[in-house]
Amino acid sequence: MRWKRLPFACLNEVFMDELLKLLQGNALESHANLGKLLNKPAADVSKEIAAYEKTGVIRGYQAVLDEDKLDLDRVTAVIEVKVTPQREGGFNNIATRISKFPEVKSAYLMSGGYDLLLFVEGRNLREVATFVSEHLSPLEGVLSTSTHFMLKTYKRLGVLMQQDSKNERLSVAP
Amino acid sequence: MNASPSLRNRINTVVRDIPRSGIRDFFDIVTTMKDVISLGIGEPDFDTPWHVREATVFALERGATHYSSNLGYIELRRALSKYVAKHFGAEYNPDNEVLVTVGVSEALDLALRALINPGDEVLYHEPCYVSYRATILFAGGKPLAVETKAENGFRLTRAMLEAKCTPKTKVLMLNFPNNPTGAIMSREDLEDIAKFAIEKDLIVITDEIYAELTYDTPHTSIVSIPGLRDRTIFLHGFSKAWAMTGYRLGYACGPAELIDAMMKIHQYTMLCASSLAQKAAIEALTRPEIDVGEMVDEYRRRRNFLASSFKEMGLECHRPLGAFYAFPSVAKFKIPAKEFALKFLHEEKVAIVPGTAFGDCGEGFVRCAYATNLDNIKEAMVRLKRFMATL
Ligand SMILES: Cc1ncc(COP(=O)(O)O)c(C=O)c1O
Repeated sequence: MRWKRLPFACLNEVFMDELLKLLQGNALESHANLGKLLNKPAADVSKEIAAYEKTGVIRGYQAVLDEDKLDLDRVTAVIEVKVTPQREGGFNNIATRISKFPEVKSAYLMSGGYDLLLFVEGRNLREVATFVSEHLSPLEGVLSTSTHFMLKTYKRLGVLMQQDSKNERLSVAP
Repeated sequence: MNASPSLRNRINTVVRDIPRSGIRDFFDIVTTMKDVISLGIGEPDFDTPWHVREATVFALERGATHYSSNLGYIELRRALSKYVAKHFGAEYNPDNEVLVTVGVSEALDLALRALINPGDEVLYHEPCYVSYRATILFAGGKPLAVETKAENGFRLTRAMLEAKCTPKTKVLMLNFPNNPTGAIMSREDLEDIAKFAIEKDLIVITDEIYAELTYDTPHTSIVSIPGLRDRTIFLHGFSKAWAMTGYRLGYACGPAELIDAMMKIHQYTMLCASSLAQKAAIEALTRPEIDVGEMVDEYRRRRNFLASSFKEMGLECHRPLGAFYAFPSVAKFKIPAKEFALKFLHEEKVAIVPGTAFGDCGEGFVRCAYATNLDNIKEAMVRLKRFMATL
């Protein structure tokens, strides 16, 4: 597309389809509106989205919640895990095994002082502790864990949980 | 106003006789109403990039609360000089060819006052930014409006200028990308204008405050055309592309003699631009392509959305190519633009600005600014469609 060569265009979009970026912002946007925004027919948008779903680029659509507002009986722990990579499969086998526990909401392979970073949810501290001591630590290949509890969410998935009061713009300006 | 007649008579006649800005009239009505969706705002809805605000706070803590040099901090002038060379294609010496001002507004005023002798004529194109005519008059000049037309994409042509230019014409003012039409000029378009300016020996004042905001093709500045740099005052600022309207920061670049003349007025009337704002601007210039790029991408999507929506509902509009304004024609409804805008405001609570606020030739058009979030734009289009069905 021509505008990609404009001096002022966001660098992200050189790497990511603008359609995906829009869906990340609001997955509920109608295909007709997406078409209008991207200057293409709605039918093309539907086709592209279907293709992304089919190839698994789009894995699902979720609401971004401010869970602190829900007063949930729930804690989230961030767990750093050191593991020994296996001869075949490296980190993948052990990481996949760990990821399959429903308590594990997210899992990432990391560089640096530890190998895996897990986001684990439980109803309370004890539940998470039990998960760590009874399920995670005993796994073959897990060398050590370090558990931190999350206290408050300020920003999630690019969304600020505390909105600044809206700036006061004049309603008509030159 | 209920100033007594005797006081009214004391007011300078030029000032007294200039009507209030048409935008102001409209604004007064809008402020009395609640829950209005406004497409009437000529300033970005985006927040100033966080690193710029953060740098402002830091500058405040570090005590950047004193006067700067009259021209502005040299560090800022150097950064500006680099930025202008890179994106606009003209070199300016930061020591004496760059002046930091209180917005492009002040720079416009300085440029005109520095150039105009009583009665000198100033060519400018309408529809245009609300302050041009008044600023020319305040400077003692004679405004010569040239009408640009929708069928031309609101571009300016040599023939239009020729029809108005006289031997008394001294200055040509340009503003592309344009407020309120969203028009831009290609290099070829500008080359014709440049030739004309050279032939008629005009000084050009070019207000390029929307330069970064073009959506399909890169901006071309008239200062990059051979021969023009040395007869042009280039104006730019941080209000639009960086969403920094409240900082009030702009700048002028030009040949040393002209900048020096503007500087004379500036030093006695303004002293210097806000030091804090200048520090913020230095920070803003550290990564312009990224900050501005994000916003440009979003404006483009909104432009696309508006253009398709107008088309869908059968509202004629030349394709807006820059700035954040669409300027559709409402002539087919056979009512004045102001009436259209007022009716729309009262019936559907959406504020748009009648084209006549930007010059008489804006009759038959309305300005819709897309410097507001997409949800508002979507809702405004639903209401516009409904409203049009009642006309
Ligand atoms: C064409 C044009 N020039 C100048 C200005 C004023 O800019 P600043 O905020 O830098 O004074 C505006 C603001 O709307 C504008 O549209």
